[in-house]
Amino acid sequence: MFWELELVLFVFLALAAILAIEAKDLLVSVVLMTAFSFITALLYISMGAVDVGFTEAVVGAGVTGILFVLVLFKTSRETKD
Amino acid sequence: MNKRFQSPIVLLGARFLSPYIFMFGLYVIFHGHYSPGGGFQGGALLAAAILLVRVAGGEKIGQLQLIEKLTTPIGVIGVIIYFGTGLSAILAGGNFLDYGVLPFPGVVEPAWSRYIGLLIIEVGIGAAVMAILVMIYDNMIKGEDYD
Repeated sequence: MFWELELVLFVFLALAAILAIEAKDLLVSVVLMTAFSFITALLYISMGAVDVGFTEAVVGAGVTGILFVLVLFKTSRETKD
Repeated sequence: MNKRFQSPIVLLGARFLSPYIFMFGLYVIFHGHYSPGGGFQGGALLAAAILLVRVAGGEKIGQLQLIEKLTTPIGVIGVIIYFGTGLSAILAGGNFLDYGVLPFPGVVEPAWSRYIGLLIIEVGIGAAVMAILVMIYDNMIKGEDYD
């Protein structure tokens, strides 16, 4: 694999991780974590592990994102009492 | 976040996308034994197709695709398919999950026997993974009133 492409992917990976931690809105954090997961899947595929990358893309970017969004809908930021 | 409203455009997009994801999940399951993918990935794709409509449409519309009571039986059937194939290999005289000795009708080569046995295993795993992932979502949306 070209090292330039992997460098770009790693830069976007670090950017997504830092922005996901620093974001104030939790929904933005969830979306950025999904993007993080997807970039990780691309890196796995670029390293030759197609099966692992496939699993990461499906579970990390699909099901986990949906479950986190559900948790955000079920909870609120302010306490009620 | 607390404002919840129904958006017809989001629902239409989810309804449009869901059958294609489901079809791709079936493709991944049935081609899993000689290409990347397999039971777990295909099952997770099937679950993603169902969860997409459940997230976009809410509780009532989501039940139209796969009702909530059906998830546990489908998961149990998947596990039974998996262990039934493995244990029938023991009964046929081999080890656990040794597909080569399975007596399929009309199959004499062990390679074809392994092919079909692996396909049955993948279908079982796919059904179990899909049902359990949807069940986790349903139980989370219902809340904690188990006591």
